[in-house]
Amino acid sequence: MDREELLRRISEIQFVCVELNLYIDTHPDDAAALSDYYSYSVMLNELIGSYEQQFGPLLGFGHSATMTGSWPCSEWPFE
Amino acid sequence: MWIYQKKLEFPVEITNPDLRMGRMLMAQYGGPDSELSAGARYLTQRFSMPDDRVRATLNDIGTEELAHWEIIGVMIQQSMRGATLAELEEAGLLGYYTLHNHGVFPADPNGIPFTASYIQCTGDPITDITFDLAAEQGARATYEHLMNLTDSEEYLAPLRFLRAREIVHYQRFGECLNILKELFPNGDQNKLRR
Repeated sequence: MDREELLRRISEIQFVCVELNLYIDTHPDDAAALSDYYSYSVMLNELIGSYEQQFGPLLGFGHSATMTGSWPCSEWPFE
Repeated sequence: MWIYQKKLEFPVEITNPDLRMGRMLMAQYGGPDSELSAGARYLTQRFSMPDDRVRATLNDIGTEELAHWEIIGVMIQQSMRGATLAELEEAGLLGYYTLHNHGVFPADPNGIPFTASYIQCTGDPITDITFDLAAEQGARATYEHLMNLTDSEEYLAPLRFLRAREIVHYQRFGECLNILKELFPNGDQNKLRR
């Protein structure tokens, strides 16, 4: 996957995680939702890890362990 | 604590900027039902919530609102980018330009600056969540008004996404209201010990 495609895939899986997270907030005992949230979280972490090894950090403050790329100088969403 | 992720929650790429839309989008950047109002309101109200589920909902929706505030900011920035004097005048933005140049300032389309009174925190959990339900509807309505003002897919796609999020948030806050009503069946959430 190229950078743009990988980023889009991350956004898609992250959206599923955001939706499940909000649902679980008011349904903390829903086993099916918890299990889905776990699976999608694993998938999201793998995708973010793969992105960061190839293109550089997505997260600040120590949450992206990669020696690739540059936090300040990679593209900002508002440039 | 918050961690920044260097990407938008939903992609924005405006190649045909519409300065008039840029101005109207300020409704959701610094207006009463803006993403800024919502984010600051939920992250403020969560401190006085008596239930973990409601705390979590305000915390996480408040966090998502900041990502939406960023999306609107990028849309305004990309709409104003490179605007000329004639274009600023035509969009009624000369006063805005005088104060803010091409900066993205939290005011509404009429130039009324953002104010803390939009945030609303009574400390009464039921009142606060009821206010939030109305605010989500207000934001949904504002997005629908914005969508009526343009035919450009570059504007409509993110606006559609943001509108749909308001509906989901409204649903979650409705569940929060039920949780709180079960927690305070006698309506004594404001009882103060003498």
